[in-house]
Amino acid sequence: MIKNSLNRMILEGFTPYGDKHPNSCLKINHRPSNNTNKQLRSITDAFDKLQIKDGMTLSFHHHLRDGDFVLNMVLDEIKKRNLKHITLAPSSIFPIHEPMVELIKHGNIENIVTNYINGPVAKTVSEGYLKGFLTMDTHGGRPRAIESGELMIDVAFIATPAVNSFGDGNGIQGPSQCGALGYMMSDLMYAKHRVVITDFMTEDLLIKEIDGHYVDYIVQVDKIGDPQGIVSGTTKPTKDPVQLKIAKDTIKVMDALGLIKDGLSFQTGAGGTSIAVAEILRKKMIENNIKGSFASGGITSYLVNMHEEGLFNELYDVQCFDLEAIRSYRDNPKHHPMSASKYANPCHESVLVNDLDVVILGATEIDLNFNVNVTTDSHGYLMGGSGGHSDTAFGSKVSIITSNLVKSRTPIIKESVTALTTPGSTVDIFVTERGIAINPKRKDLIQKLNEVSFPMMTIEDLYHKSIEITGKPTPLIKSDKIIGHIRYRDGSIIDTLYQVRK
Amino acid sequence: MLTASAGTMESNDCLMIVSESDQLTIDLESIVYLQFKDQIEKVIRETLKEKGIEKLHVHCQDKGALDYTIKARLLTAIERLENMR
Amino acid sequence: MRRSLLFIPSNSPAMLQNADIFGADGVIFDLEDAVSISEKDAARTLLDTFLTMYPLNKLEIIVRINQIETSITSKELEKIVSDRIDTIMLPKATKESTLILLNQLRNIEHEKKLTKKINIIPIIEMATSVLEVSDIAKVERVNGLLLGAEDLASDLEVPRTLESLEILMPRALTILAAKAHKIDAIDTPFIHKDDDEGLVKDAKFAKQLGMNAKACIHPNQVEIINEIFSPSMAEIHQALRIIEAHERPENIHKGAFSLDGKMVDKPIIDRAHKLIEKAKAWHLL
Repeated sequence: MIKNSLNRMILEGFTPYGDKHPNSCLKINHRPSNNTNKQLRSITDAFDKLQIKDGMTLSFHHHLRDGDFVLNMVLDEIKKRNLKHITLAPSSIFPIHEPMVELIKHGNIENIVTNYINGPVAKTVSEGYLKGFLTMDTHGGRPRAIESGELMIDVAFIATPAVNSFGDGNGIQGPSQCGALGYMMSDLMYAKHRVVITDFMTEDLLIKEIDGHYVDYIVQVDKIGDPQGIVSGTTKPTKDPVQLKIAKDTIKVMDALGLIKDGLSFQTGAGGTSIAVAEILRKKMIENNIKGSFASGGITSYLVNMHEEGLFNELYDVQCFDLEAIRSYRDNPKHHPMSASKYANPCHESVLVNDLDVVILGATEIDLNFNVNVTTDSHGYLMGGSGGHSDTAFGSKVSIITSNLVKSRTPIIKESVTALTTPGSTVDIFVTERGIAINPKRKDLIQKLNEVSFPMMTIEDLYHKSIEITGKPTPLIKSDKIIGHIRYRDGSIIDTLYQVRK
Repeated sequence: MLTASAGTMESNDCLMIVSESDQLTIDLESIVYLQFKDQIEKVIRETLKEKGIEKLHVHCQDKGALDYTIKARLLTAIERLENMR
Repeated sequence: MRRSLLFIPSNSPAMLQNADIFGADGVIFDLEDAVSISEKDAARTLLDTFLTMYPLNKLEIIVRINQIETSITSKELEKIVSDRIDTIMLPKATKESTLILLNQLRNIEHEKKLTKKINIIPIIEMATSVLEVSDIAKVERVNGLLLGAEDLASDLEVPRTLESLEILMPRALTILAAKAHKIDAIDTPFIHKDDDEGLVKDAKFAKQLGMNAKACIHPNQVEIINEIFSPSMAEIHQALRIIEAHERPENIHKGAFSLDGKMVDKPIIDRAHKLIEKAKAWHLL
C-alpha cells in the first residue's frame, strides 16, 4: 500500500489523492439506440434480450429513494438466474434494498459502486461479506467515471414515473412521481444498453427529461415504487434547542462575513438543522430585503417557499425531496432540473457547484485538519457517503459544516477520522454548539471576522473542550481486511475502507 | 433477591439495575462500548469502592452517559436497594 | 449580574450537560416542578455528581429546591449546598420560610466549612408572599426576587392571560420591594415557548415596569431576553460620556457637575459605572 497526500494508506495501482489521475476526464461516445421496437413484457424479457450474464455491470438511479422497487426487481431476476460476479452501480443504496444482502452473501453481487449507502446492505458490506470491492463515489464523481469510461455500464435500468411509447419520459406524472431525474443522465447516455422501467405509459408527457433516442427497451410493471418512501414526509425544522442554536450561529457567522447579500447562491440539505438554517436565513433575507440568485441541490418545500417569495430567483434541482418540490418543478419556470454532471462533474468548467457562494453540510467526524467523514460512523460501519458533500465543499466559495460537538458521549472531532470523505482543504467553517472554528487556511475569513470582533475558537480548543467533557475515547483498531475505498470526485483515491471488528 | 434501578434509556442517560449477589459482577452494554468500556467500568468500580460495597450485581445499559451520570445512577440504584431492605 | 435565568430540569443528563451553551447569565437547576416525586432522589444525586464532575463554563449556578415545608428540603440542601453553587431559589416563599432557609444555609455552610455565602432568590408566587414581599426582600442573603405568575394566578383564582393584567399589581409590588432593597427584580417566565413575538412584548413591558431580568423556560428564549434586558448602545454611549465628563480635572473632585445643561450627581455617576460594568461583562463593549 502507499500513502496519499492526506497520509491515508491506499492500494497500489490506483491514483492517490493529490496526484493527477491520468484518464480522469477522458470522454467516451454517447450511445444512442437504433432500436425501434422497444416494448418488452417484463424484466425477464429484458434480461433475455440483452443477454445479461455473469460479470456484467448494472446501474440504477436513486430518485425513488427508500420507496424504490426497481432495483429489487432486477435483484430478483439475478437471483432466479443465479448470475454471479455482478457489479451493481446504483447512485445510492437505501434500507429498502435489503434483498441485496442475500445476493452479496451468495456471491451473486460481487462489486458495488455507489455514492451513498445505508441500512442492511451497508451493515452487510461493513461486516466484510462483499466478495469483491466497494467503491464510494461522489455525485459529481459518478458521472465523471461513467463519461470517462472508468465505470463501464452494461445495462442501465432507469426507473421512470412516466414514459411514452418512444421511450421519452419524466418524473412528474403518474402514480410514482419523484420530480427531477438528475442522477440518471450519464447512465442514459453512456451505458451500453438502457431499459426504462415504468408503471405509467402516456402519450401526453408534460416534459421530456428522458430522451427516447437513448432508450433501448421499455418495460411496464405494476408499480415502480412506494410513494411513501419516494417523497419523505416533509422534514420540519429542528425543535432541538442545541441544533437550533447551531443553526442560529450558522446564520450569524454568514452574516458577519457579509455573505447574506443580494445575489446570494446557497445550498443546504434536508435534515432538521439544515432546514432550520434555511428558515432563519429566510427571515433574515425578508427583514433586510435581500434577493438571492439561486438555491440548489435536493429541493425541499422550504426552498420552494423562498423561491416563490422571490428570495431566490432560481432553483436548480438535482432531486425533489417532497411533494411541494415536485409541484414547484412542474409549475415554476425558474425551477430547473439539472443532471448530476451539470451539478458537479469535476471535468466540466461550468458546473453549478462552482457558482455556489455558501453550502451548509453535515459531518459524522471531523479531524484537526478539517477533514470530514460522512461515510462511516465512529465504529467504522458504513452509514452514508459523500453524495454531493465533497463536490459542494470543493466548488462553493464558503463551505460550512454544522454539527453537535458531543452527541451521546461521542466527540465529533477526532485526531484522525475513521474514514476520510471530504478533504479539509475544501472545508472552511465548522459550527458547533460550543463555538465556531475557521480553517486556518482561510485567512481572509478570519480577518473579516476579527474586524467585527466575531467570537472564534480554534478547532484544537473545541477538540480539548469535547475531550474534557467525554473523556478520551479508546482509539478504534481497524481490521486488516479491506472492503473498498472512497474515490474522490477527480477519480483519485482519498481513503481505504476496512471491515469492522465485531 | 432484591433488585432496584435508576436512570432511563434516553440518549445521554443509562439504566442502572443493581441486584443483591454473593459476588461482584458488572454487566455492561453501551452504545460507546468500544470507545469507553474501560472508563465506564472504572467509574462503576470506584463508586462501589467509595460506598464500601464488595458484593453486588450491576447491570448497566448505557446510552452514551458521561461519568457523572453513570455514578449518579449507580448511587441512586444502591440507595433505592438499601431502602428496600 | 442577571438578565436571563434559564430553567434546566435536574434529572435530564441531556439538558444538564448543555446548560451552559445558550448564553444565559444564570442557570436554575430545578429540583421542584420539573422532577416527579418518585425521581426526586435520582435528580438530586444526578445534580450533585454533575456539579462536582462536569466541566461547566462559568455562570451563576442557582438551584431551585422544593418547598421548605416538605420533608425533602433538608436532604436536598445537605447534598446540594457547596462552594460550587451560588444561589438557592426558594419556591412558595414567605418571610418565615425564607428565614428558615437562611438559618439552614448558615448551619450547612458552617458544617461543610464553605468559603462562600450562598445567596437566596425567593419566588413570590402566593398572595401572602406578595403581601410580605418587602419583608422577604430584606432578609439577609436575598439578592433577587422572582415573580412566579402561574402559581400566583391559581392562588388568586384568576385565569392567567397573555395581557397579564391579573399580575400587574404583584409585578409592580415585587419590583418596588426589590428596588427598595437594591436587589434584582426578576420577571416571571413567559410560558408560550413558541411565541417569540409574545415573549418580546411581555419582556419589554416587564422591563418598562422596572424588572431587570427574566426567567426562561426554554433555551430559545435566552437570546431575546438578553437583548431586551441589555443596556442599549445609546445608554452605553451616554454612560461613557458621563464617566468621561466626571473624570475631567475640573469635575473630578466635584460632587455634582453639569453635562448638556443637566445636573449630574453621585447616583447618576454610580449608575453609569454600573451600566458600563454590565456592558463589559456581557461583551457589549
